[in-house]
Amino acid sequence: MIRVEFLGPIGKAPIEMEASTLADVSAKLKEDTSLATWLDKCAVALNDTMVNDLATVLKDGDKVSILPPVCGG
Amino acid sequence: MELHNGPLDANEIFGRWLDEDMQSNYGAFIPFVGIIRSEDGIDALSFDIYEPVLKKWFDEWQEKAVGRGAIVKMAHAIGDVPVHTSSYISAVFSPQRRVALELIDEFVEGFKANAPIWKYDVKDGKRIYAEDRSTPMDGAGLLS
Repeated sequence: MIRVEFLGPIGKAPIEMEASTLADVSAKLKEDTSLATWLDKCAVALNDTMVNDLATVLKDGDKVSILPPVCGG
Repeated sequence: MELHNGPLDANEIFGRWLDEDMQSNYGAFIPFVGIIRSEDGIDALSFDIYEPVLKKWFDEWQEKAVGRGAIVKMAHAIGDVPVHTSSYISAVFSPQRRVALELIDEFVEGFKANAPIWKYDVKDGKRIYAEDRSTPMDGAGLLS
């Protein structure tokens, strides 16, 4: 089981799911209509390190964070 | 890197940073202060920060700076920051001014694009995501 957290303005509670790669996470999140306008502009972190490959392998207890567009300062 | 709840006390932070490194033999100290402007009827801006990723982002910049003989410092506010107060302060110390001038530019621009911080307008007690001023981070759209 992995945990997916939605940061900042997405305003969605964390969810847990079975997933062996980030591609599995993508497939499951695409089923959620509340995320339809977010996924194409969000970046992804795995255990607080930014990642950029759908083939990234996940293990039990991993934390995937979904990061929407930013504006610091 | 330091995070504060509410507006930053720029005088205190700069004074402390100068005290920390005045004896470190840097020839240049270049600060940047972000101040909340009054526009579009806002009362304040408000910020969410994801600290674990911000810390890593900052540490990578610090490595780049050290590679050029310099150091960077940064402070940011969490939560509401009223107009005409400061939300963001950064600074570069370096042996010569040229490196510091270039680095403060790169650091502040890089910060705008990739620091995991979310901005909201505060108007009439409501907190509204500043979506039109926000930038997708590097690698955005991976899961779409």
